[in-house]
This record gives sequence, C-alpha cells and structure tokens, in this order.
Amino acid sequence: MNPIIETRQLTHIYSQGTPFEHVALDGVNFSAQPGEYVAIIGRTGSGKSTLIQHLNGLLKPSSGQVLFDGEDIWSTKAYTRAVRFQVGLVFQYPEYQLFEETVYQDISFGPRNMGLDQEEIDRRVRQSARFVGLGDEVLDKSPFDLSGGQKRRVAIAGVIAMEPSVLILDEPTAGLDPAGSAQILENIRTYHQEKGACILLVSHSMEEVAREAERLVVIHRGSIPFSGQPPQVFAHAAELEAMGLGIPAMTQVFARLRDIGISVPPAVYTIQQARDAVLDALKRKGQAEWR
Amino acid sequence: MALKDITLGQFFPGNSPIHRLDPRAKLLAMVIYIIALFLARQFVTYAILLFVLACMIKVSTVRLKALLRGMKPVVFLLVFTAVLNAFYTPGTPLVSFWIFTITYQGLLHAFFMTVRILMLISCTFLLTYTTSPLSLTDGLESLLSPLKKIRVPVHELSMIMSIALRFIPTLIEETDKIMSAQRARGADFDSGHLIQKSKALIPLLVPLFISAFRRADELATAMECRCYHGGEGRTRMNQLHYQPKDGLFITGALTLCVCIGILSWFGL
Repeated sequence: MNPIIETRQLTHIYSQGTPFEHVALDGVNFSAQPGEYVAIIGRTGSGKSTLIQHLNGLLKPSSGQVLFDGEDIWSTKAYTRAVRFQVGLVFQYPEYQLFEETVYQDISFGPRNMGLDQEEIDRRVRQSARFVGLGDEVLDKSPFDLSGGQKRRVAIAGVIAMEPSVLILDEPTAGLDPAGSAQILENIRTYHQEKGACILLVSHSMEEVAREAERLVVIHRGSIPFSGQPPQVFAHAAELEAMGLGIPAMTQVFARLRDIGISVPPAVYTIQQARDAVLDALKRKGQAEWR
Repeated sequence: MALKDITLGQFFPGNSPIHRLDPRAKLLAMVIYIIALFLARQFVTYAILLFVLACMIKVSTVRLKALLRGMKPVVFLLVFTAVLNAFYTPGTPLVSFWIFTITYQGLLHAFFMTVRILMLISCTFLLTYTTSPLSLTDGLESLLSPLKKIRVPVHELSMIMSIALRFIPTLIEETDKIMSAQRARGADFDSGHLIQKSKALIPLLVPLFISAFRRADELATAMECRCYHGGEGRTRMNQLHYQPKDGLFITGALTLCVCIGILSWFGL
C-alpha cells in the first residue's frame, strides 16, 4: 500500500543565516499508511512539533520533500490549500484558538473555509460534536462559558469537522485530569475506527502511546533513531532512557523480573498485558510444582 | 514568519565597557550627545561627532550590521528629508530644470540632515543595544524620580514600560501560534482585498486579545501574591550606584558638547 503521507530527506533550519541558526530536522524520512494509528514521541525541543507542521504545509522545508498521496504538497498553491483540509492539525492547547460567539459557529469555521454548502456544514458540525461527546445543548453556548476540558473538545471537533483523512494531534491530553484525558483518547479512537482515518498522536507519555498506537516513531535531536511496534521500540530501553524518554513503568517492572530470573515475556507495557503475563507465569509455576 | 525578525529595542548582551556603565549615565550622555548633534553646523564639528560615535560603537562590540538593520524602517524618512532639503533651500543654483532648482547649499543641507538623522538613530540604538530593558527602565525611573514631587506616577509609568517590553516577544510568539492554528483550519490571511483581509483577522485577534487579558490577569494575581503595592517603600535587589567611570563618561559627554558649541560659534 502507498503511504498517505511521507517525508523524504526533510530538513528544516530555523533562522537560517543568522547567529540564532538552529537545525530542527535533519534529513527525516517518515511515512504513514492510510488508516494507521501512529504515535510520535520525543522530548521538548526534539523537533516533533516542527515535523507535524510540515505535514500540512504550515512550514516549508529548508530542503527535502513532503508528499501527500504521492504528490509534493508544495507543487501548486491550490494543492497546498487542499492538503490543509485533508491533513487536520490540532495544536497543543487548542482551546486558545476559539473565537466565535457560539460553539456551533466555531466548529463550522473549517468547513465554511472549505466552501461547503449549508446542509453539509450542518451535518459535519453535528457529527463532529457527537464524536467528541458534546450534546446539542452545548452548540448554542458561547465557547468561553465552557470548562477547560469541554473547550478542548470543541477545538478538536473544529478540526474533525473538516473530515481529514490524516488527523494530527499535538499533546491533546496535556493539562487534563485522567478522566478528561481518557475521554479525549476515546474520542480519537472512535474517529479512527469509524472514519478509517490515519491518526498521528504526538506525546511524551510512553504509557499513553503504548496503549493507543499501533506504531511508535521516536524523534530525537531532529532525526528518527527508531520506529516500529511498541515491543520493538521498548526493546531499546537503555537508549530511550538516555534520550530522557524512559519506558512504561510496567515494562520496567517486567525487565526487573526477568533480571532476577523469572520467565516472563519482555514486551509488556500495559496493565492488562501485565495481568495476563503474571497469571500465565503463576499457572506455569503451579503446574511445575504440581508435577 | 517575518514576525520573529523584529528588532524593536533589542538588547544584545555583552560585557563591554559601555555595557557595564550605569544606565543613568548612558541615558544622560545620550541626551547630551543629541544636543551636541543639533549644535553642529559644519564639516569639522560633524566629523568630530562621527568619530566619537564610531569609537563608541567599536568599544561596545555591537556589530555594524545589526545597527544598519535597524535603519531599514527609516530609509523612507531619510530620502524624503534629503529630497525636500535639496530642492527647497535657497542659494547658488547648481542644476535647474522645469520648476525645480538644486542649489549648492541645498545639497549640503540635505547631506548634513541625513547624517544628523543617521547619527541620532545610531546613538539611540547604541543605548538600547547595550542596556537591558530592565536596567533601562530602572535608570529612567531613577532619573525621573524628582518628578514624584509634583505627583507624577514615575514608578507606575516605568513598571508599565518594563511590563510592556517584557511581553512583546511573548505576544509575537502567541500571534504566530494562533495564526498557524487558524491556517490549519483553512484561514487565509494573505489574499483578498482590504475588507476580506481585515475580516480574516477576526479569528486571529479575538483569541489574541483573550489571551492578552488572561495573561494580564495572571500577572496581576502573581504580583499581588508577592505583595506588590506600588513603588511606596519598595527596595531593590540591584541598586544603581554611580561609579567614577560613570562620572567620567558624563563629564566627557559634557566637554564634547561644550567644545562642539564653541567650534560652531566660530563657524566651523
């Protein structure tokens, strides 16, 4: 299958030619398949935000290419604009971009910019509000009267309403309580499953990405040292630690168990898997003793 | 984004003798230098002032390129003044066509005017490039403190100034961020005619104002939490102290000004 979005030797240099010059991305090759759920992890300043802003043409590469559906997104002006609607980007703390008088109007800002007709706009607004769990009664309220978690969901709905085939979210759970984070992640999963959209989740919480994503991409100092399914990535525990990222607490516990000679699988990163692994180990132990 | 490249009153940290001077000494010396600049009439006096300025720039280790970049916005003003002076000064005609006459005196006047404005801007830039905004406002407050006697709220004014300076980069960054977010939702800030363009600014300005008010509110709370209650009885961690070198600097500036005045009196 052809990747839906891809970067080739993408390099970005901030303030080129001044004393403040800074290489944020250095020859990055990244790709995502249609309908894939990918997590991008890296520390603050690793280049992850720079990367995602290239994917929908907000930043122009210093060198290299960004391809959407196999075509360079900078090929024509019209294509760049079309890609902005196809690749939805939810920034960090998106609630600070709300500006309209009502929630309904704010969510409809994207679809209106797309030039859709009134009926289609209405359908999309209601559907995306439903996706993020906002009831009809909220739609007529001012976005500034809502709680922090609700505001964020309105902002996410504003991007979902454009029905992008790639949805990028930059730390969507930052600053929310556990219940609020869980709900947002649930909303994203629903969108992923129902629309078959490709999701790129930017995060620095290993627990979160291990639970949600099919594939992890690690960014460190402007390049991608490793990517793959969570077990493959977490096998590099020592390197991740050195990058200041760390691995999920459960994976650490199981690595220690293996160190002291208990036979458990190496790739454990959620509580569910830990429970199964422990039950399995106990069962085997019980059988051995019984024998 | 070009917004980041603004060099408005930018400070270049350094450790040159000029950087280490008391901000009050620098402010006073700048005012005296500007007075001298307006006393100068002819080549000799301008040359002396230019030489002094060049020495100061050299000592301050501010790069000439940075200084010249700050001149860009005034290029129009310079050309405008030069052209007006060249055409409208009476004297011996040099070139004459249609209703325009360029005189020898006019050219000379235009030249001196341009040099004067350039030197004026350079010396103010030299001040802001070598003095951090914080010590600049401290110095200003201290210099203006006699005005407190006639109930001018000097402390409050300087506090407002330093807060404003502090938040310029923050607000620029915020603008950048909101612009990107709205662009991602298909907002178009660049095309269309004037009315469309100003309408397109609503999605940018509303969140920007809200966040500015929110920041102001948070700052006010934070200041109150640390018991801020205006300038009355407030002490400082870094107190300004005049040192011999500051006195020397001001005396030097005064001497320069008097010399220029005397030389101009003799028509040099």
